[in-house]
Amino acid sequence: CRRSRGTGGPPAAAQLALTSCNLFDSSADRVTVHFINRDGERLTAMAKEGESLLEVVVNQNLGIDGFGACEGTLACSTCHLIFEEDVFQKLDAITDEELDMLDLAYGLTDTSRLGCQVCVKKVMDGLTVQVPMEVADMRRGLEVGKQSK
Amino acid sequence: MGSRCGRVCWKWGSPLRRLTGFSRLLSTAVLAPQICVVGSGPAGFYTAQHLLKHHRLARVDIYEKLPVPFGLVRFGVAPDHPEVKNVINTFTQTAHSDRCSYYGNITIGKDVTVKELQRAYHAVVLSYGAEDNRILGIPGENLSGVYSARAFVGWYNGLPENRDLKPDLSSETAVVLGQGNVALDVARVLLSPLDILGKTDITEGSLAAIACSKIKRVWLVGRRGPLQVAFTIKELREMINLPGTRPLLDPADFTGLGDVVKDVPRPRKRLTELMVKSALEKPGEKEASRWAAATKEWGLKFQRSPLEVLPAADGKQARGIRMAVTRLEGSGESARAVPTGEVEELECGLILSSIGYRSLPLDSLIPFDPKLGIIPNSLGRVQGTPGLYCSGWVKRGPTGVIITTMNDSFDTAQSVLEDLQSGVLDLSNTKEGFKSVRSILHSRGVHPVTFSDWETIDAAEVARGKLAGKPREKIVDPQEMLQLISH
Repeated sequence: CRRSRGTGGPPAAAQLALTSCNLFDSSADRVTVHFINRDGERLTAMAKEGESLLEVVVNQNLGIDGFGACEGTLACSTCHLIFEEDVFQKLDAITDEELDMLDLAYGLTDTSRLGCQVCVKKVMDGLTVQVPMEVADMRRGLEVGKQSK
Repeated sequence: MGSRCGRVCWKWGSPLRRLTGFSRLLSTAVLAPQICVVGSGPAGFYTAQHLLKHHRLARVDIYEKLPVPFGLVRFGVAPDHPEVKNVINTFTQTAHSDRCSYYGNITIGKDVTVKELQRAYHAVVLSYGAEDNRILGIPGENLSGVYSARAFVGWYNGLPENRDLKPDLSSETAVVLGQGNVALDVARVLLSPLDILGKTDITEGSLAAIACSKIKRVWLVGRRGPLQVAFTIKELREMINLPGTRPLLDPADFTGLGDVVKDVPRPRKRLTELMVKSALEKPGEKEASRWAAATKEWGLKFQRSPLEVLPAADGKQARGIRMAVTRLEGSGESARAVPTGEVEELECGLILSSIGYRSLPLDSLIPFDPKLGIIPNSLGRVQGTPGLYCSGWVKRGPTGVIITTMNDSFDTAQSVLEDLQSGVLDLSNTKEGFKSVRSILHSRGVHPVTFSDWETIDAAEVARGKLAGKPREKIVDPQEMLQLISH
């Protein structure tokens, strides 16, 4: 189901478009998820089973810059995350719509997914995901003599 | 006094512990960087956001030429792409931060100069984007019926300067020069079913004009081939699935292309495969009947470079376009289109050139590269001008989606933060920030529009939109906006 945000509303945690996840309201179903931020810092969150990884980042106020710009509506690629190979293989199948946006992500890898489309499951307890470096960051260390087109 | 201050000062952290109460306050004020951002689109807001998040004390003031904020998010993103506009929510949060202020209705370079801003702020970040467009430079470009896609987009999105465009939609065929996402946007707006458009934030005036439009066919014309199209797959898919329309794709353009892209990076591969599939494969039953019933159509024409817009008998109106047939030298992204000597003409009454936006120099004292259309810079630091930075399209050139600008803006903000840290930006130099700018503006009779004022305008637009079943009805007259907030 899709919830839309009215304009001029209170600046609370963004109301997100729900993905195909079912949201279970049991406080016992907590799953540990680790996000390795761009600076290498490990951010750990206790996620609710059924939450999307984007919802985890937003609800737990994890300090990942610019994450989830379009608020889970498959209109950007800012919730791009890199998974470990074995976890990646077990994720729910990717749709064309997700692939279309993932194709625009920086630092795309073979185990990349959009966080707004991946829901937390109990078997993912202890999951570690990597927030990809952005192109701009990669250039920072280099001598920039020319303007890129 | 000392011991009492020592106890109180603990709360504010060790570096300030040994100071007296008064000089502690003074120090805090001195240590708070005053930063100014020129432009309130994604570049401006993302730069501000990053600065505020990563510096505890920095004050950021965002200036905007129009009364209303958000730049291309409001005036560029297509009306039927509301999800892309969700970034407005995070920008609104930033504007509400107690260390951030928005000041609209201020034209930098006219109401206040960059030099005056530099006197008032420790750092000035230019994020004013690209308000102009590249020109074709061909005869007939100024005939009636020829417009830049930028102006057309501005028109249906309520950009004040384009509200009187009155594009001529009386002919059957429109030609869009260019094959990027903007080209697809304008084609889609021209051909979308009215009941879909009518539920978006497209302006009332342009919706009425499109309702009377006679345009049945839109060609997107590119100088190079299918492997060089600049639009992206989501937008192409949307076009292929547009209700009431059928795609016109010449199979000859796509034969064998599937094999060519087998080993290229996935984004180009999938995009090409989608075009190939749509052009060469027999459509499914549902699609076939939709295409058969379609009253409108759109197509892609490749390897055609515009030579001249042809006038009608009256000499004032466009009636067609003459194009050079090209061949490609090289391959992939760097392929070049070379004229073959053959020429072709296409009959049309509406021509939209969608060949790129273009930045303009703001002020003769700011370095500007007219060839590249950008402010020369290194990692966002304007060349030869300490204290001056740039982010977004005016820094990189006018391409990319919001995430591109977001990363770029964070990058410029990093440069500012580094310079604050290293002392390149000297904070012992007290800056007054908006306090001094306010008196300059007052003396020139300029009244800034605050974010709270914008929220009044916003509420009015949403209320008007509700009556028409739309998310908002944009106010297109700046005077009306100012009257609404009693300026």
